Amino acid sequence: MCTVCGCGEAEVSIEGHHDEHSHSHQHKEPYPNATRDTGDSTAQPLDNCFNSGLNDAVEVGDGDNLHFGQGPAHAHAPGLSQTRMVQIEQDILGKNDRYALKNRQQFDALSLFALNLVSSPGSGKTSLLTTTIEQYKRCPIAVIEGDQQTTHDAERIRATGIQAVQVNTGKGCHLDAHMVGHAMARLNDLSGGVLFIENVGNLVCPAAFDLGEAHKVAILSVTEGEDKPLKYPDMFYAADLMLLNKVDLLPYLDFDVAQCITAAKRVNPKIQVIQISARSGEGMPEWLNWIEQHRVARIQQRIAQLSEQTSRLQAML
Amino acid sequence: MHEMSICEGIIQVLQDQAVSQHYRRVNTVCIEVGALAMVEVDALRFCFEAVARDSLAQGARLDIIELSGQAWCQQCAKTVAITQRYDACAECGYLPLQITQGDELRIKELEVE
Repeated sequence: MCTVCGCGEAEVSIEGHHDEHSHSHQHKEPYPNATRDTGDSTAQPLDNCFNSGLNDAVEVGDGDNLHFGQGPAHAHAPGLSQTRMVQIEQDILGKNDRYALKNRQQFDALSLFALNLVSSPGSGKTSLLTTTIEQYKRCPIAVIEGDQQTTHDAERIRATGIQAVQVNTGKGCHLDAHMVGHAMARLNDLSGGVLFIENVGNLVCPAAFDLGEAHKVAILSVTEGEDKPLKYPDMFYAADLMLLNKVDLLPYLDFDVAQCITAAKRVNPKIQVIQISARSGEGMPEWLNWIEQHRVARIQQRIAQLSEQTSRLQAML
Repeated sequence: MHEMSICEGIIQVLQDQAVSQHYRRVNTVCIEVGALAMVEVDALRFCFEAVARDSLAQGARLDIIELSGQAWCQQCAKTVAITQRYDACAECGYLPLQITQGDELRIKELEVE
């Protein structure tokens, strides 16, 4: 196939010209350098290509015939040599995903249960987190706090006696896996514990960045409007649990809980929902139980893995 | 907002590839962006120009192939078009659909020298 225009008919053309197409169409904006306005790289005459050492992949020769467009790129626009089309096929977020994998392996090795808490600003994430930490002191806990500026949230967490690392993203709108890896290096041993990663308040961007967490937990407060899951579907699609926060305020609002849950389930049929209030304590036992069950399941999973590995090694004796 | 990070990601890939693919300059970057990939194409173009400045891709053209959203409907047993992640099948109303295209966010090819 012709990688210049996508047509399927340009297998061979002579001297890089497009004349061999049997069908009539024009490239709106051909790739050749001649169209560029920088002026430093106008379309190179083919002779120059040969002189520049780029010709080795340009030509496929048999006798006196030169075939352009038969190299790996199948390119045949004037002045465009084969070596100059580079097929990449690489995910743009691939680098973040590789860091996330590294974090995940580290979490697994420590049997550490990591949660990525995502929400819009002002949903009550930090208050919910401090209440959670105060009530859930069964294992090592630490918090990575993401904000654009200030260390206010980390200070609030530290006031509960728990280790917290603040990551200020500056102008950044989300945490990425690389930042989390660096923050992890500053934390004490968390084996068998829970790591809460409080993301930057933003219902858009953090959805796209895997941090290596076991689950994303979306926090939505009842003061925000029940259609939020439909307005920001990517976040609710990426989350496994939605905490519907500040339910103690429901008597004073027109918020329709059923409609909100329907919206969330429409975006993500598998999402679990817990109605909660850090202030009144409603839903807290259910949330703490959810954490405990998943943390224990993770350790059991690790035990199963290690036992299997042990039996395999014993069989080798 | 995160279009800026995505553009930084693109430049990073270009720099990494420059070593293995032996090029010094990138003239065109061709990327695929799915309709469900949470990316605003106009913002991406705007950010790319800014991020590419003073890099090996300064002034490079960004060719964006926009891919529509597609999903598999179990009930109709065929692929249907969607515009949102939570769309029901336009023909039979079935939910949930299994997304088959539209999540893409990848660099396809480069024109380099």
